[in-house]
Amino acid sequence: MRDAFRDGMTALARGGVPFVFLTGDLGFGALEPLRDALGPRFINAGISEQNLVSVAAGLAADGTDAWAYSIAPFLYARALEQVRNDVCFHGLPVRLVGNGGGFSYGSMGPTHHALEDYGILTALKGMRAYVPAFNEDLAAVLAALTARRGPAYLRLGRGEAPKGVPMPDYAPWRRLVSGDGPTLAVVGPLAGTLWSASLNLPQNRRPRLWVCAELPLADTLPEAFLEDVESSGTLALVEEHVAQGGAGPALAAELLQRGRAPRIFRHFAVRGYPSGRVGSQAFHRRENGLDAPSVLAALGCLP
Amino acid sequence: MASPDPLGGVVSVDFENVLRSARRRLLKMHYESQVCHLGGNLSCLDALVTLQHRTLTKDDVFILSKGHSAGALYVALWSAGKLSEDDLKTFHQDGTRLAGHPASGWHPDIRFSTGSLGHGPGLAAGTALSRKLSGRSGRIFCLTSDGEWQEGSCWEALTFAAHRGLDNLCLLVDQNGLQGFGSTEEVASTADLEPRFRAFHAGVRTVDGHDPDALLAALDGSWEAPRIVVLRTVKGRFLPGLEGRMESHYLPLKADGYEAAVKACGEGL
Repeated sequence: MRDAFRDGMTALARGGVPFVFLTGDLGFGALEPLRDALGPRFINAGISEQNLVSVAAGLAADGTDAWAYSIAPFLYARALEQVRNDVCFHGLPVRLVGNGGGFSYGSMGPTHHALEDYGILTALKGMRAYVPAFNEDLAAVLAALTARRGPAYLRLGRGEAPKGVPMPDYAPWRRLVSGDGPTLAVVGPLAGTLWSASLNLPQNRRPRLWVCAELPLADTLPEAFLEDVESSGTLALVEEHVAQGGAGPALAAELLQRGRAPRIFRHFAVRGYPSGRVGSQAFHRRENGLDAPSVLAALGCLP
Repeated sequence: MASPDPLGGVVSVDFENVLRSARRRLLKMHYESQVCHLGGNLSCLDALVTLQHRTLTKDDVFILSKGHSAGALYVALWSAGKLSEDDLKTFHQDGTRLAGHPASGWHPDIRFSTGSLGHGPGLAAGTALSRKLSGRSGRIFCLTSDGEWQEGSCWEALTFAAHRGLDNLCLLVDQNGLQGFGSTEEVASTADLEPRFRAFHAGVRTVDGHDPDALLAALDGSWEAPRIVVLRTVKGRFLPGLEGRMESHYLPLKADGYEAAVKACGEGL
């Protein structure tokens, strides 16, 4: 997904969209085309994420649109006060780009995992988080980010869309699979893996699979999703993020407030590192019960 | 006593009266509101009033990184006609816009909400970079405290500013030598900031922070990238018995202390 991001940003730069791109010393072997397209407006700010975010805020407050890029936890955890005070207090159009959403960095270890990012960030004033599910989403997401006049966070993961399947156009909520089974909402790229695993299930067990790509989620819930929840009676939300502050509690609360709560609600979220061991993204998903077989079995979707 | 001024004017006896008036107004505001942090406000007030009256142009930006000196900023803006007497009367009251640490969004000269130390230099560097990249004029001033340089983010910003050649950026340091729970020397051995700044390739001037002539001279000429002006100041200046003491950071003024301080400020407009 990082390459799709780079290509999209490079296209914006070559198209004359004015912005400054700041990186926290990351992007070797990936961002060079963007660097070449932006020239002096591509700034390697060095290994100094607090300053990276403050500088981005200073630029934006002075009328210069700014993007700030790093490995996700270095932005939302290391520089949280700068995000809160310098960016969000002032409602500035700073786009924070965190590479490595969820367990994407796998065996690189827990310091590089982003498991609380959008929960923390969307608690801040005016912040909107974008969690594109597929590489194909990037062009539309980058256009939305460019147009946005307030703080934004882009969580980059790994595109996991099944091959040979028509991709619905980007939207904050999209139905990927229509079945007669439970309603299954997934945040971000994990939806691709569940999509692949759902394709060959029998119709009566196949979930009504939805992907959510923007948070907070309350203002974009489509009526068709609410109807799926009502007709299926069972709703599960899956996210590569801890439960506290995640999309699951937010969705449950929203449905309760609207009086449209499902009979059964299940939440699949990150529990942590139960074995104390580290491995690939797939390893951590399995340990947390977020892999497709675990989720689908828990919901009774597997024959 | 008059001396050259970067804007072509002169620092005159009249300006001494402006300073006296501002000092008395700050004392009154803090006395009436019974708000602390007076010591660090008095240490930087002279510099802020000088900047407002004699230095800043419409293209310039000033950022108060040591947000606990908000009172000095408000009074400096009042002194320059940018805040009203009625505004000052609301300081720290329910419904005020004049918080104990500046809150932005309502006044063009309060661009950022500050108060957590270590944010101003980075914000200032970003603003200075914006002017460079866009080719727009204007100088960016940022006032920090001295203890604030114990924050790593300040050094991140200084490294960035020097590397990026931000010669439109001036960092001012209110070096009153005292911080929250001791002196800067006792707490972190940071009384010697100048050689550290020079090691980061900044151009450094050290002046008496209560001498407008000296400040204006230190701001003169082409700046290094960046220029840093260390203001040697007295915390709690004009507070008899509290000058240079920790208590000036915390204690609200009592009636007798207030009257003595007003008297110490001298007569004037």
